[in-house]
Amino acid sequence: MTQTAERPETEQENPSKTRLVVVGNGMSGARALEEILARGGGDTFAIEVFGDEPYGNYNRILLSEVLANAAGEAVDNEDADGEDELYLNPLDWYDENGITLHAGVRIVRIDRHAKVVYGDDGSVTPYDTLVLATGSRSFFPPMEGMWASKTELTPGVFGFRSLDDATSMLAHIAGDAAQRSSTLEKEHRTAVVIGGGLLGLEAAAGLQAHGVAVHVVHPTEVLMNQQLEAEASKVLRSKLEDMGMHLHLGVKTNEILTDEGRVSGVRFTDGSDLACDMVVVTAGIRPNIGLAMVSGLETQRAIVVDDKLRSVDDDSIFVVGECAQHRGEVYGVVGPLWEQAAVLADVVTGSNPHAEYHGSRLATKLKVAGVDVAQMGVKVPERSSDEFVQFSETGRGVYQTVVIRDGTLIGATLVGDVSKVAALTQAFDSRSALPEERIKLLFDLGSAADAASAADLPDDTQICNCNGVSKGDLVACVHDGAESVSACMAATRAGKGCGSCKGLVKEVVEAALGGAGAEDPAEHYYVPGIPLDKPTLMAEIRSRGLKSVSSVFAELAPDGKDHVGSKMGLTALLRMMWPDDHVDERDGRFINDRVHANIQRDGTFSVVPRMSGGVTSPDQLRRIADVADKHEIPMVKLTGGQRIDLLGVPKEKLQEVWADLDMPSGWAYGKSFRTVKTCVGTDFCRFGLGDSTTLGIDMEERYKGIEGPAKMKLAVSGCPRNCAESMVKDVGLVAIEGGQWQIYVGGAAGATIRKGDILATVDSHDEALRITGRFLQYYRENANWLERTYDFVPRMGLDHLIGVIVDDAEGIADELDARMQETVDRYADPWATDQTEATPGQFHDALPLVPLPQVPIRTSSSREGVSS
Amino acid sequence: MSSTEEAVEARLGPVDQIPVGEGRAFLVGDEPVAVFRPRSGGLHALRAICPHRGGPLADGLVDGEVVMCPLHNHQFSLVDGSCATGADDVAAYTATEEDGELVVRLG
Ligand code: SRM
Ligand SMILES: Cc1cc2nc3c(=O)[nH]c(=O)nc-3n(C[C@H](O)[C@H](O)[C@H](O)COP(=O)(O)OP(=O)(O)OC[C@H]3O[C@@H](n4cnc5c(N)ncnc54)[C@H](O)[C@@H]3O)c2cc1C
Ligand code: SF4
Ligand code: FES
Repeated sequence: MTQTAERPETEQENPSKTRLVVVGNGMSGARALEEILARGGGDTFAIEVFGDEPYGNYNRILLSEVLANAAGEAVDNEDADGEDELYLNPLDWYDENGITLHAGVRIVRIDRHAKVVYGDDGSVTPYDTLVLATGSRSFFPPMEGMWASKTELTPGVFGFRSLDDATSMLAHIAGDAAQRSSTLEKEHRTAVVIGGGLLGLEAAAGLQAHGVAVHVVHPTEVLMNQQLEAEASKVLRSKLEDMGMHLHLGVKTNEILTDEGRVSGVRFTDGSDLACDMVVVTAGIRPNIGLAMVSGLETQRAIVVDDKLRSVDDDSIFVVGECAQHRGEVYGVVGPLWEQAAVLADVVTGSNPHAEYHGSRLATKLKVAGVDVAQMGVKVPERSSDEFVQFSETGRGVYQTVVIRDGTLIGATLVGDVSKVAALTQAFDSRSALPEERIKLLFDLGSAADAASAADLPDDTQICNCNGVSKGDLVACVHDGAESVSACMAATRAGKGCGSCKGLVKEVVEAALGGAGAEDPAEHYYVPGIPLDKPTLMAEIRSRGLKSVSSVFAELAPDGKDHVGSKMGLTALLRMMWPDDHVDERDGRFINDRVHANIQRDGTFSVVPRMSGGVTSPDQLRRIADVADKHEIPMVKLTGGQRIDLLGVPKEKLQEVWADLDMPSGWAYGKSFRTVKTCVGTDFCRFGLGDSTTLGIDMEERYKGIEGPAKMKLAVSGCPRNCAESMVKDVGLVAIEGGQWQIYVGGAAGATIRKGDILATVDSHDEALRITGRFLQYYRENANWLERTYDFVPRMGLDHLIGVIVDDAEGIADELDARMQETVDRYADPWATDQTEATPGQFHDALPLVPLPQVPIRTSSSREGVSS
Repeated sequence: MSSTEEAVEARLGPVDQIPVGEGRAFLVGDEPVAVFRPRSGGLHALRAICPHRGGPLADGLVDGEVVMCPLHNHQFSLVDGSCATGADDVAAYTATEEDGELVVRLG
């Protein structure tokens, strides 16, 4: 029996596979391939891709960053992982997926009858299905001085579309600088950007980052007139001017001036000149449709396609991206292209042959030269009955408007502050009901937290427009185990396009991680792998007599499958329910519980012996010191729980260390009863009202190591001065006048801070022990997995707890006490019982022979030697 | 890509040295390999070191499909080492049982 899937041989043409050829290896071509692979297309198609750029597939959106970045690399500063963010699919991706990439090869003609494409390298490649994704190129308006020859721009003139454009601009700036520093100053480092649309402003900001003086020339008064109306544009304009950009609005360029064949300036239509070293032309883009035209496909502004994204002339040719014209629309931002790619893949792979594309509603979210801009729908009211809400704070560079028709949102423009964009996009897309007070669309009046608004968004709200990631995708990612914003970003690529949505991605993920307000049924499951809440799960386990984790999975999990993230919680539950006779399956335990020690970052472990009540003796201290010497323990530390931690013990030495210590386990590794902190109390302290030390020791000796849904940390203080911090413990006791003890529950001072609530005030030492035990047992039986008392107590309600535990309102007090007693009676010290291996290789090193960064070695005498 | 290097193969002794449902680490040539024996059957081998921060994968919890690294809970497919939780993938090797003996092949 073998379970390895054979890797496919290198992608030699497999005659049984359909030949899929993609022309254009840009953002939509590669996206279409990803979607096709995701639908299993790798098995049915032999895939070849032609791209006339000599690279893998990169994120064109990041070219602005490439330009702004001196190193010429798009390194996203906010991503600590430092991976190369620019490439979406590097060359190995093609290899790994069995795709043949012809980088640097341009397709010049399609023979639709023979079904072959001709490359400019002389290649002839047959296809069964062809995908055209040729994108667009920069448009250079006819103008004197623009061209040096039929195909070469005048040196110093640039478009802004490709990676080569960006790198040659960078080379130009660097070259100029080098030349000048040998001759004179930097005074003439001036660039003129022709066209003040999105691309022009991005180019301008990028150049400015290199210290180049930038002039933007735009033919109308309204910058970014495709997206913005006059007022919004004014706000943007003043922001850009604050940044030192020179704007020439309502002005046209007539001619590019040259000197010795190089750019020396521009001349405006009014006859005035402006000297400069370089000109960037961002006067629009034109779809690349030449190939389609010579091959006889219907083209207008772009290649005309039907709702299945097929050329209207040829059923085996599909078109996607900026070169496609669908129902009269040609799109120039990635959101719609992603939607097209998904439909195309559905149709081409047959996974949904009826899929259709019906056009995209345009909602744009951009960062223009560092200023956030979002725009959707109409820019200004069009009918007298349209409502128009406008907010402008020019000082801060914020301008926001919404347009409402018949109670639905039909347009919104946000400049400078786009914090409301998700909710607005949602309202825009779903045409949902709007708040009566329209201004609430733009502001949180009162205290409604933004986190709440992220949690409230429906799952299908698109969060990352660049990579088409919805809120649901992010939440799913968290449920699959992602523990951080960056993990979700890596898994979904959310936030890895233009980056403008990162704040929102963070909010959504954090809300999902914190579970704040999410109404997911899975939230109530005791463990994620078994769809039952704790009471139901316990009832099932009891009625079926399930005593092992594997039997619980077999009987209660969907398909009877085990689930990695549920094992630990089930192990704890069964140990609590069947203290006598649960079946101990070691693979159900977390590594800490398999070896009774806490795993450290380098795979070694820490050893914390029990020191009840924080009281030790010279003999114990001597033994600990000897063990530390003998085993060269890297660090010996007093813990926050009043005991001593030996850190950095290799797994295979654990048994030896325990034997040499000859002390019981302190359970510092488990979801279990941990410590009872005490103060010195009546024996020594002049204020002491109760013998806190003795009660603390007795408490710890009695309840040591009992397992539960989460950690249980206790404290006993001898008077209300509270030196043992009893008010912030899971259970904290405080001695008061009259020989009484107050029992606080649900306190915390870790990740959460909460002052405990008084559960009871009792008259004696024994009563204090009993009520504490009863509370702990009730908590063990009713709390959710990993629910600390600081959540449990408020969830159950203090009155309810007092009723059950103190007043015995449910008549279960005796049973709780009895079950706790049974657990106490069954206790065995794991360090003693596992002196012989419980399973083969239990203490074998899991990282053989590889030197890992060890935890630093510290000794009190050589403190100056090491630091970290 | 087909490999040109010699595939390394090691016979590592009885399969029973891995308790059912757990993993254990071995050295195969110079490569630390974690071999898992899920309860649902079969044997799986992955590079023993978590690509996230070097955690010991052989110490992880395992189900029929994935191993969960004990340090930060990233999960890796037992079959191909792919990570569904956003870390890098880990190399996957072949583990089989031949006459009760554990055999691991790299490459
Ligand atoms: C060793 C110690 C720090 C120290 O050097 O003093 C420590 C070390 C760790 N704490 Fe702690 N905590 C230590 C006292 C505390 C305390 C103070 C106390 O116990 O009096 C708190 C606040 C009280 C509380 O528990 O809320 C504390 C709140 C936490 C938390 C936050 C729990 C919460 O829900 O608020 C965690 C994280 C968790 O449990 O998920 C944590 C988790 C950890 C872990 C176990 C992290 C882990 O999962 O591996 C650390 C193990 C380090 C290691 O490699 O061994 N530790 N930790 C202390 C051991 C006390 C002991 O003798 O057992
Ligand atoms: C600087 C810049 C910033 C941008 N910022 C944003 C933004 O913030 N948000 C947003 O949504 N969009 C933005 N865009 C637009 C976005 O990049 C494009 O919409 C997207 O790249 C279009 O994808 P495409 O695949 O259709 O075309 P392209 O990505 O241009 O890919 C087409 C590819 O096909 C190749 N090709 C063409 N003809 C042939 C042929 N005959 N043979 C072989 N190969 C051929 C081209 O060389 C090119 O590599 C920006 C664009 C630029 C340039
Ligand atoms: S505070 Fe954080 S770093 Fe310090 S021991 Fe506790 S968990 Fe570890
Ligand atoms: S080291 Fe494995 S998850 Fe972090």
